[in-house]
Amino acid sequence: MSTTTQLLPATPADEALPPRNTAWRRFRRHRLAMLGAAIILILVLGSYAGPYLIPYNDTYIDIMQRFAPPFSGAHVLGTDELGRDMLARLMMGGRISLAVGFTAMLISMVIGISVGAIAGYYGGVVGSALMRFVDAVLCFPTIFLLLALAALIDPGVTSITLLIAATAWMDVARIVEGQIRALRERDFAVAAEALGASDRYIVFRELVPNAVAPIVVAATLNVAKAILLESYVSFLGYGIQPPVPSWGNMLNNAQIYLTSAPWLAILPGLLITLAVTSFNFLGDGLRDALDPRMESH
Amino acid sequence: MEAGSGDILLEVEKLAIRFRTHGGESAAVSDVSFCLKRGETLAMVGESGSGKSVTSLALMRLLPKAPLCTVSGSVRLRGKDGGMLDVLSLPESRMRAVRGDNVSMVFQEPMTSLNPVQTIGAQITETIRLHRPMGRRAADEEAVRLLDLVGIPAARQRLTAYPHQLSGGMRQRAMIAMALSCEPSVLIADEPTTALDVTIQAQILDLLRRLQEQTGMAVIFITHNLGVVAEIADRVMVMYAGRVVEQADVVPLFRQPLMPYTQGLLRSVPRLDLAGRRTGALSAIRGNVPDPRRPPPGCAFHPRCDFFVGGRCDVQAPALDVTSDDRQVRCLRWSEIAA
Amino acid sequence: MSAILEVENLRKWFPVGGGLFGRGQKQVKALDGVSFTVKPGEILSVVGESGSGKTTLGRTVLRLAEPTGGAIRFEGQDITTLSRRALRPLRRRMQLVFQDPFASLNPRMSVERIVAAPLIIQGGISRAGRQERVAEMLQLVGLQPHHAERHPHELSGGQRQRVGIARALIMNPSFLVADEPVSALDVSIQAQVVNLLLELKERLGLTILFIAHDLAVVGHISDRIAVMYLGRVVELAEAGTLFRDPRHPYTEALFSAAPIPDPTLRRERVILQGDIPSPIDPPSGCAFRTRCRHALPACAAAVPPLREVGPGHFSACIRDDITLQASVSTP
Repeated sequence: MSTTTQLLPATPADEALPPRNTAWRRFRRHRLAMLGAAIILILVLGSYAGPYLIPYNDTYIDIMQRFAPPFSGAHVLGTDELGRDMLARLMMGGRISLAVGFTAMLISMVIGISVGAIAGYYGGVVGSALMRFVDAVLCFPTIFLLLALAALIDPGVTSITLLIAATAWMDVARIVEGQIRALRERDFAVAAEALGASDRYIVFRELVPNAVAPIVVAATLNVAKAILLESYVSFLGYGIQPPVPSWGNMLNNAQIYLTSAPWLAILPGLLITLAVTSFNFLGDGLRDALDPRMESH
Repeated sequence: MEAGSGDILLEVEKLAIRFRTHGGESAAVSDVSFCLKRGETLAMVGESGSGKSVTSLALMRLLPKAPLCTVSGSVRLRGKDGGMLDVLSLPESRMRAVRGDNVSMVFQEPMTSLNPVQTIGAQITETIRLHRPMGRRAADEEAVRLLDLVGIPAARQRLTAYPHQLSGGMRQRAMIAMALSCEPSVLIADEPTTALDVTIQAQILDLLRRLQEQTGMAVIFITHNLGVVAEIADRVMVMYAGRVVEQADVVPLFRQPLMPYTQGLLRSVPRLDLAGRRTGALSAIRGNVPDPRRPPPGCAFHPRCDFFVGGRCDVQAPALDVTSDDRQVRCLRWSEIAA
Repeated sequence: MSAILEVENLRKWFPVGGGLFGRGQKQVKALDGVSFTVKPGEILSVVGESGSGKTTLGRTVLRLAEPTGGAIRFEGQDITTLSRRALRPLRRRMQLVFQDPFASLNPRMSVERIVAAPLIIQGGISRAGRQERVAEMLQLVGLQPHHAERHPHELSGGQRQRVGIARALIMNPSFLVADEPVSALDVSIQAQVVNLLLELKERLGLTILFIAHDLAVVGHISDRIAVMYLGRVVELAEAGTLFRDPRHPYTEALFSAAPIPDPTLRRERVILQGDIPSPIDPPSGCAFRTRCRHALPACAAAVPPLREVGPGHFSACIRDDITLQASVSTP
């Protein structure tokens, strides 16, 4: 395939404007990514709008209906050990898990892009110092770092989000640093400099837009990673504290009843898997769609 | 070897190459025919997308496999036993033996076609031993002889050098040594001097000419540089949008080009003998090189042609005419224009 | 008239290799004592092999690379050590056209945005004003109004180079460095761009420093030509003089190597042996002596200075006693 593209260079004819929104067209062709996007949309809508549509509150204890299996009565997805409605808890847990995932991603992107852009653009001593620091932080096993930090501070939604962001920005910094370092050598960066552009203009108006594809891909993958990390930590009991539900701490509660009430583990586990794979598919699709070299012929 | 037809080393007839892409099928090359005699240099001239590189890859059977790319027509290559090989229908295992042994290729950028993690010596001896039963020692000696032949100084020491340790000119020489290792009867050189400085280009052209005199091999020289063509070619084939538009011996072609595209190309090159005389604007060919996936209808050159006649050039695809003095030209109006 | 650009003893060294804390570090002398002036309205070409320092020269005189030593005066003002901020207003007056029109255009931006970039960066013009200027420029370089919305990958090579030229000229610069502006283009497109540059030069009164290796184009376009070898200017003269009466053996060899598109003229050429030496360890004395067929022991002794050997004709060769082969005969 590579030979073909090389041999037929894109020298478009003067006429015949190529259709716009080629990225969107390419994305739509990526079936798994479309599926991922649809699932994410359903999960987000379900978590945020769903609780208003069902008759049960996630903290309401229906003592008569403990361990009700799914599809057996009034509680569609059954109840847990205290008789709380599973569907309501999964929805509220989804709010927390998705919010933690997105917010942690946003924070890690801001830190990662800034550090990566500064290191990549200035290079030299500043650049190497920053990147060695990134390497050093990357050497820490994330999960232990997270657990150690979580043991020290008061666990809550905000603190867990910040902690996850603090362990997730390094990959982004590395990606951005590599991209910016390569891009700033390109002639169009020199051209901007020759026009008298400031560093900020060159980095944020000329270079970063060209790194948008890997950044967006890293962002989607970071959401998946953050959801997973939140689940780990909450599962181990250091994360989001009950009674506030999250998919992770629901799993934690479920371990003792694994044989008697398996749905308590299966349902949140399924949602975590679904969310994480969907974001990964979305990331794959975006990678292909945003790459201008994937220009369709 | 008897004279006449035995001197023909390569015969290409009605070669056509189609690629399948997302947007459907497109003809990269169509109706290419030529033959190549012993010791002859054929220059294939064209711009990007003219199909010259694709054609050369088809001769080597190096294009992607069937559904992506289909090649039709016939390519007949003289084998070492004197018989003609039908290149397009040879099984892949036979073709591997033919490549390098009967026909080999030199590319524009030797850095990308040499293996960066193997020494020059290892790469040359590997090629030699692939085609000839020869011990390691003997192959090493042969490699030294070849490097010496292509004018690499201190050849024996260079055997242990890696490609990046050589200069661009030296790498191209090493590439040529490798291509010559089995004394192919046909050498395809795809823009071998484009990436080099003029002084080094002169060295390489000189080398190719010398080697050709010694071995009698035929050379297909792909280039877009008309100066190089004038320097090295016996015959010239001009390609435009995947078709041969003119074919002639070098002197008549430069003296009296028949196809308007060839005329335009020759006129657009500044003349060195007028250097510094400010002779006004160059006569440029207007417009752009056509997209090979969407060639204009009729004669592909008509949107840029000064002799364009509406209703004719944009409707009727011209055939390749053979003139009385055995030149070929693809233009509806060439005889009117020449008159 | 006074010079628009004066370069005096310009040096640009790049450090290479070396261990920790720069021990054993060597210098690549990309430019090693280059002096010349560019007169208003002329096209001065710089030719030489790759590694001669010609591209570095173009970047350094525009202060896109920091000079190691020497002086650059632009329109009478010393700009050698000006800060980036102080250079900014001067950037309106001096611009650059690149070799690879694809690499020099931001692939994410539309043609309109690319050509407007100088106006956005330099500021002080409204959005509508910008659009109008861009439209004017596109027309000037021979592009259609509808090209404004295109992206670089939707254009052909020649069109991209026109966009690059429009961007360089939108601020009305007086001085343009054109770094191999046609060598990446198809043959039939090169002549279009050469014609465009010459026409714009006349219309806008530009002065051009033209960096190239295609001697046919250089011969056509230049008023004067400077020949560089290993970071130094070895010969500088009027274009016609250089082609007809070269005085430096390197010029003779370089010009002789240029292939001429005339098959009846297969000349006896002067073929240089070997490659251009490494600029890390250039030969002592005259750097060309290792490939020169006229070299004498004395050539190794000292770097030959650039001397005036005829009116406006400078050469850095100590051998006045040799006759060199002209690359074109006087018609």
